[in-house]
Amino acid sequence: MDQLDQLVEEAGAAFAAVADSASLEAAKARYFGKGGSLTELLKGLGKLDPEARKAAGAEINKAKTAIEALLNARRDALQQAALEAQLAAEALDVTLPGRGAGLGGLHPVVRTLERVEQLFRSIGFDVAEGPEIETDFYNFTALNTPANHPARSMHDTFYLENGEGVLLRTHTSPVQIRAMQAHVAAHKDKPTMPELRVIAPGRVYRVDSDATHSPMFHQVEGLWVGETVSFADLKGVVADFLRSFFESDDLQVRFRPSFFPFTEPSAEIDVAFMSGAMKGRWLEIAGCGMVHPNVLRYGGIDPERYTGFAFGMGPDRLTMLRYGVNDLRLFFEGDLRFLGQFR
Amino acid sequence: MQFSELWLRSFVSPALDSDQLGHLLTMAGLEVEEQDGVAAVFSKVVVAQIVEAEKHPNADKLRVCKVDAGQGELLQIVCGAPNAAAGIKIPCALVGADLAGFGIKAAKLRGVESFGMLCSAKELGISEESSGLLVLPEDAPVGNDLREYLALNDTLFTIKLTPNRADCLSLSGIAREVAGLTGAALSLPACEPVAPTIDATRAVVLDAPEACPRYCGRVIRGVDAKAPTPEWMKQRLARSGIRSISALVDVTNYVMLEIGQPLHAFDDAKLSGAIHARLPKAGEQLLLLNGQTITPAADTLLIADDSRALAMAGVMGGEESGITLDTTDLFLESAFFAPDAIAGRARAYGFSSDASYRFERGVDFALAPKAIERATRLILDICGGQPGPVVEAVATDKLPQRAPIRLRASRVRRVLGIQLGADDVAEMFRRLELDVVRDGDDFIVTPPSYRFDVEIEEDLIEEIARLHGYDNIPTHAPRGPITMLPRPEARRDTMSVRRLVAGREYQEVINFAFVEEAWEKDFAGNTDPVRLANPIASQMSVMRSSLIGGLVANVVTNRKRQTNRVRVFEIGRCFRRDPAGQPVEGFHQPIRLAALAAGFAKPEQWGEANRNVDFFDAKADLEALLLPRVAKFERATHPALHPGRSARVVLDGREIGFIGELHPIWVQRYELGTAPVVFEIELDAMLGTVMPAYREVSRFPAVTRDLALVVDQAVASASLLEGLEAVAPAIVQRVELFDQYQGKGIEPGRKSLAFRVVMQETQRTLEDAEVDAAMVLLTRHAEENLGAKLRG
Repeated sequence: MDQLDQLVEEAGAAFAAVADSASLEAAKARYFGKGGSLTELLKGLGKLDPEARKAAGAEINKAKTAIEALLNARRDALQQAALEAQLAAEALDVTLPGRGAGLGGLHPVVRTLERVEQLFRSIGFDVAEGPEIETDFYNFTALNTPANHPARSMHDTFYLENGEGVLLRTHTSPVQIRAMQAHVAAHKDKPTMPELRVIAPGRVYRVDSDATHSPMFHQVEGLWVGETVSFADLKGVVADFLRSFFESDDLQVRFRPSFFPFTEPSAEIDVAFMSGAMKGRWLEIAGCGMVHPNVLRYGGIDPERYTGFAFGMGPDRLTMLRYGVNDLRLFFEGDLRFLGQFR
Repeated sequence: MQFSELWLRSFVSPALDSDQLGHLLTMAGLEVEEQDGVAAVFSKVVVAQIVEAEKHPNADKLRVCKVDAGQGELLQIVCGAPNAAAGIKIPCALVGADLAGFGIKAAKLRGVESFGMLCSAKELGISEESSGLLVLPEDAPVGNDLREYLALNDTLFTIKLTPNRADCLSLSGIAREVAGLTGAALSLPACEPVAPTIDATRAVVLDAPEACPRYCGRVIRGVDAKAPTPEWMKQRLARSGIRSISALVDVTNYVMLEIGQPLHAFDDAKLSGAIHARLPKAGEQLLLLNGQTITPAADTLLIADDSRALAMAGVMGGEESGITLDTTDLFLESAFFAPDAIAGRARAYGFSSDASYRFERGVDFALAPKAIERATRLILDICGGQPGPVVEAVATDKLPQRAPIRLRASRVRRVLGIQLGADDVAEMFRRLELDVVRDGDDFIVTPPSYRFDVEIEEDLIEEIARLHGYDNIPTHAPRGPITMLPRPEARRDTMSVRRLVAGREYQEVINFAFVEEAWEKDFAGNTDPVRLANPIASQMSVMRSSLIGGLVANVVTNRKRQTNRVRVFEIGRCFRRDPAGQPVEGFHQPIRLAALAAGFAKPEQWGEANRNVDFFDAKADLEALLLPRVAKFERATHPALHPGRSARVVLDGREIGFIGELHPIWVQRYELGTAPVVFEIELDAMLGTVMPAYREVSRFPAVTRDLALVVDQAVASASLLEGLEAVAPAIVQRVELFDQYQGKGIEPGRKSLAFRVVMQETQRTLEDAEVDAAMVLLTRHAEENLGAKLRG
């Protein structure tokens, strides 16, 4: 039966020689098709006697199985090659940039305000807002500012045409009064007023414009009123905040006596960094103090029973220190090349 | 306030060096802004006299001097200063001297030996500028160490005083403070009465006793106004930043710096009759010392004689009654003017003065009689003369009152959070030399006449805190009842809205709230904006009622800087007059969110053709920001916008803002290149959202049918959609517009809108008959009630 072995060998060579599946199917026909070699051999069986037919049939079937296996193997190989060719053809330049829009970003000062809000929320401060066109009463009188105080003059404060007793708020401190009044009203039926903890970020306005002063800028006011609130607590909260904000445990913080009409005692807060461009220099960063009894009274709170502290910081300055921005005016120019750096 | 450390130490000298003293002052609330030596560091510089000055044989500009420096023999020194001349006294750095690190050696200059160096003020670090050698007074003792002779081992302090600490606007005041802080001994200048030698006086009348409750005056005759001011006085004045003018003027300034009482000297020969402290008469005018003629306002206090106004009280003297070098008789004024009577007056006329600065903050009202004696003494010592008796007019009941204050030691502990006993408090009050009566653990304190800032218990607590040291107050981690803050789920905060807007590729900006008036007209149609009474510039004169103007300006700015694709947003207040406005009556001040997109819709890229941003890009952004809520967009006009490409935005029946393409007129006028698309929305509408609510998800298949309707071109797709939704039976889950077509096959003036109708039931599979019935219902309703025709 060398003839059959030879046939299997021939078929293997023929299949291997084809380059695509159409040629493979043509080659297959030479063995299995009408008049194909195996077909002819099977036809020839009929001429043999039953004994020989059985033996020859088994041999032929064996060869047929072998050829089919060769055919399938070649078929798989060709399919694999075709897939690989397709994948190769479909390859991309994966270094081309992605399609579609990018991201915008928050204003750097707003980034700071967001951090300030998050840090104070974490110790139970709520966030309050107040109007920017404010009354003389809330901006000055209720904050214990005397009638002839220089800050009230038109050199310092923006007033409105045809607006008696209204102005652009010069600080966020009027929100203190509004927050106290609202808090008192909300808890007026309770024997003990819950503690009031609030911060008030926002825009403020002063008649001042040069490299380090903008006629509109930002402040964050903080207020904590309760039955046991002391200057030591004020120092604790502010120092904790500053170290958390600047993510620097070795930040130096000092409290220096100062004067504001609405706090007594009052302090200016200085910080000094232990590294970086500003290393070792005391930088004025906030004002604070114990809420003046007159201010508590204007807020509707009994100063004998409750004490409180308040502080006011400049987020613009915090932002400049945090990111090393050297010109305040950049914040208000809307230059995307600058703003885009704070995404 | 600038002063010399040596002068301060003549009154109180604690065992602290200059740096420690500076720190002490700063930490007590007298912030030291600057602290500098009066001269550079140098040694071996002495007073010397040039005995001979010959031209250098080999150099035109040099001189060879023979100098007596008190060394026994004359020194030969080559000098290039133009003013080097025989006879003058000058500083001489000897061989071996060190001038701020520069060593002086014997040297040969152009072949001539030189043993030392003659110095200018600049070389010694005494002044910034100098022209030639520093010429010393004729009586300067040759050979003396220059630092000793000129008192150069001194430091200048500049302190920034808070407005409440007017009591520290003098050397005596600062000395009193330092003594209180350190416990060091205090010796203030004596103000002994000077006995009159003549009986000349001028009557004083307090016509406005509220404004001027105390006035002391004294005539001094026969003074020599041309007498030179002593060097020590000139030096102290100079180190306080005050130029020497003449002996009489210098004395008044000196006493003001020394003890804090501003004084004024009139030329007595130019006065007639009594002295009045009064308010102005109608039409009265006054020529001031600074050359300015004022017509004093009704609340400007004047000093006058019987015939005319002489001076602006407590602010500035008059030109016509002031002393000159020819004055021989003078009338000296030492008065107390109430802070309220002086505050803001100088500023109202456009200037300020050392006197008004002090009076408006509060001068010790007990000081005037002492100060006039002190000044008299100095005048007599320097200028001679015969003093008359002091005439004092006082309205005691109009002087500031100092009511006793009760301080509780327990309150100190509570407010400051420190452990401090009553005895500690007592000791602090002793150091402050306050008038105190102890009542158990309480103290009854009567504030001194020089403190205008001590009125209530808290003011005393601040004094205690300062003496205790703010640094010594502990830093507590605060303790308080912890309760959770409300966190409503159907509300988001402004920060998360910002993040969403930024996520749609908008960059946040912060623009000024005061804008150009034209922007209000152009972008908000507002011809009556809220105007500032005192704007700093005309382009910042009105309050914005819309954020759009600022965003348009951002486009202009960025285009100038070669950025043409601009996507910006701002969240800020807008302002309008509104009688119903609250919380400030008469003003509506809503916070809005506005965004603007200009230039290409996407960043320039390789993958897609560039196209400019359009209405529907911005609308998609806005819709995404509002999700899950869905707003209605209704055609509307707006002054800022293209009339065919703008809409009002309505949410739950409330108009919350607008969106549209900027009007081509503004695109052209503001040179914006392409038309930006903008929207402006009330922020509170963005903050409200909805609590999610679960609806069952169906497991049965959905059936989808399309419905193409032909309508007039002017019909809004939304109206058709809403009409269909209104009548759709319950099985209709949603109706979506998926195509709009005009052109071949559709009549001109009409358009085809194709809707996809999705139907589904949660409990069962739909039957064909009910689906068909629903479609028939929708079609019939569209044809009969919505003016549509089924597309053929």
